[in-house]
Amino acid sequence: MTTAIDIHRLSKSFGAVRALDELEMTVRPGEVAGFLGPNGAGKSTTIRVLLGLLRADSGRVRVLGADPWADAVELHRRIAYVPGDVNLWPGLTGGEAIDLFCRLRGGVDPRRRAALVERFELDPTKKGRTYSKGNRQKVALVAALASDAELLVLDEPTSGLDPLMEVVFQQCVAEAKAEGRTVLLSSHILAEVEKLCDTVTIIRAGRTVRSGTLTELRHLTRTSITVATEHDGTSVAALSGVHDLRERSGTLVFDVDNDDLDRVMRHLAGLGIRSLVSSPPSLEELFLRHYGDEAALAGGGRR
Amino acid sequence: MSTGAVRAAGRSPRTQVGAFVGTSTLTRFTLRLDRVRILVWALVLGVLPASFLPALEDLMPTQEDRQLRAELIRGPAAVVMSGPGYGLDDYTYGAMVANEIGLLAVVAAAIMSILLVVRHTRTEEETGRAELVRANVVGRRAGLTSALISAVVANLAVGLLLTVGLTAGGLGAVDSLAFGAGVAAVGLVFAGVAALTAQLSEHARASTGLAMAFLGVSFALRAVGDVTELESGSPLTWLSPLGWAQATRVFVDLRWWPLALCLGLAVLTTALAFLLLGRRDVGAGLVRPRPGRAAGHPLLAGPFALTFRLHRAGLTAWGVAVLLAGLAFGALTDSVAEALVDNELLARTVMAGGGDDLVDGFLAAMLGYLAMAVGAYAVSSVLRLRAEETSGRLEPLLAAPVSRWRWLGAGLAVSALNCVVLLALAGLGTGVSSAVVTGDDGLVPALLGAALAFLPAVLLIAGVAALLLGLAPKALGLAWLVVAYALLVGLLGPLLNLPAAAADLSPFSHVPALPAVELALAPLVWLTGLALVSLLAGMAGFRRRDVPA
Repeated sequence: MTTAIDIHRLSKSFGAVRALDELEMTVRPGEVAGFLGPNGAGKSTTIRVLLGLLRADSGRVRVLGADPWADAVELHRRIAYVPGDVNLWPGLTGGEAIDLFCRLRGGVDPRRRAALVERFELDPTKKGRTYSKGNRQKVALVAALASDAELLVLDEPTSGLDPLMEVVFQQCVAEAKAEGRTVLLSSHILAEVEKLCDTVTIIRAGRTVRSGTLTELRHLTRTSITVATEHDGTSVAALSGVHDLRERSGTLVFDVDNDDLDRVMRHLAGLGIRSLVSSPPSLEELFLRHYGDEAALAGGGRR
Repeated sequence: MSTGAVRAAGRSPRTQVGAFVGTSTLTRFTLRLDRVRILVWALVLGVLPASFLPALEDLMPTQEDRQLRAELIRGPAAVVMSGPGYGLDDYTYGAMVANEIGLLAVVAAAIMSILLVVRHTRTEEETGRAELVRANVVGRRAGLTSALISAVVANLAVGLLLTVGLTAGGLGAVDSLAFGAGVAAVGLVFAGVAALTAQLSEHARASTGLAMAFLGVSFALRAVGDVTELESGSPLTWLSPLGWAQATRVFVDLRWWPLALCLGLAVLTTALAFLLLGRRDVGAGLVRPRPGRAAGHPLLAGPFALTFRLHRAGLTAWGVAVLLAGLAFGALTDSVAEALVDNELLARTVMAGGGDDLVDGFLAAMLGYLAMAVGAYAVSSVLRLRAEETSGRLEPLLAAPVSRWRWLGAGLAVSALNCVVLLALAGLGTGVSSAVVTGDDGLVPALLGAALAFLPAVLLIAGVAALLLGLAPKALGLAWLVVAYALLVGLLGPLLNLPAAAADLSPFSHVPALPAVELALAPLVWLTGLALVSLLAGMAGFRRRDVPA
């Protein structure tokens, strides 16, 4: 089975600026893949290369088994795209824009279109210039979701949606997955990625810094432990894998590498546990650890 | 400063002092934002009329020359385009400025005021910036007031520069002052009109359009009025603010009182604008926007239909303008023929294209100017394609199964088709009115054909623009240089005695000046060939580059 998206050592420069630097990404068919990175990391550039809008300087890019630059038109019959910043024609209504996009793709099931317009509570009679950011995004989402595309490329599609519409969007992505479609979802909303995505690729300054399933990634990070013990527990500080130990009104708070969790727990059990709270690593922590902690990265490793 | 104002407002709920809080800060801010714009408008508008004086003195040194010119201005087309023409019996340079540049200056001041006022009122509201400002200690009326004060400053600057410039050019100081005051006064009228239309619609473009339509109606009213009653000025002319400025009869028989009408209307429209402002919400208009189609028209199904739809409004406006200009030029046919017989210099300008029939030569020259305008349209239509790209609207189209070849091909095809339509309208307008004036029906097909003969030259300009779009999109503005150069060669080439090689650089120089000369096919064929090559090369370049670039 071919991969849905296969990027190997992709580089792209704009003048002196190196936007993508040997980026790696793999998305298998039927997966919902999260694509994370801070502003300016190169997410939109990568997506534009995937769509054949930008030409790769070097590296291998395959989308649904085809070359996105050379086979753009044929490939686009199988792809639907929602840009991060949706701009509509000021004089065309939302309904007209949706129909235009659908017809370019070779037509649409009117019932499906109507159902989506209804679910997203979009007024299709308003002119493009009068829509708010969220409503412009709804127009692009309806046009994309109404299609039969095998691959949905969504670039921060919910940044302007309200929480209710976000729920609708999440349902739609879940339905798309159930239909066997592949979704590439670039997002800043980590809770959304945690909820929807099977795999995650995290990039920074044009390079892939982490990729894998959420479970794998969680395994690489730390669990946060708050514990109160009968005997003095400060001895855990000496154990390997324990970080940021603090004492707070008789309880100990620290982070522990997941690989060392078992050993640290045995040690704590010997001290007589009175109470223990463990919080699993969230994607947010994962993310912050890769972007918030410059020193750790400069040090070349995660521990 | 706010406490006092708030207390004043608190003393009586109906007191309006608080509504103006923040006006002075906002006015300074507005002037700061627009300092370059206002300066450029004031310099161009204020200095240009005076800069014509030496040229006029050079072109028409004797009273005889000037009287010849006066006869030209007496013709109905000239009256329509520039005004009733006071003082034609003793045509002085001052009267010349008032007659031939006066209306242009007044219209320009009106446009400046409309753009300025709408930009600082409705545009601010539409973008949401007004909300940000109004959330501070700023009164309800401060925004509109500061925009109007800025308009007053801009118009005063224009009036002052006009007065100084014309006086320095050797014209009477009092009349120069009246000329400057007339231009500024009409500018203020349209500042008031724009303040009013900015209250009506939620959208800046609609507000600007409404005010511009008011300007157009004013122009048409005085045009019809002036043409029907040449001497005294008809009631129709008196309905138009543009007519009031000309009714001062500057440099001929000065009277000040028509300017009071201008100030009266400016005050009236402003008062009405403030009244409406007090009755509406921030961001809302008084005219409810109508809902549009919930579904796309069945024909809106591809890049061609989309581009055509996007260019429709522009094509309509250009079409009306070109048709009207053609009608006006055609109507001049007879009066010009008489004038040209005696004026060797003008004849040389007109007959640059060759041939020996003066009327045909004049018509060919006029069609040449109209074709250059169509060339300008060609550039602007390619710029619109570029705007689709820079605004980000092209990306989702190209992410659909639409090849770049198809999108740009459709866009350029729409441009080319619209150029054909515009050239045909120019030819028809000129043909119909000249046929009416001369009684020669054969002029209609002859001029239609003559206008269409410019198509290869216009397409070549579109081709240059397409080439830039494909290969150097950031330098697309350079395409204007081709139009500007063609216009320079067309307008001033004969006067400046440009070398043939320099004139040959303009694509329009190679188009046979029909109907004055025989049709020569060879240049049309190679112009078409060049145009096709450049269009295709532009498309090929576009296929290979990044989008957006």
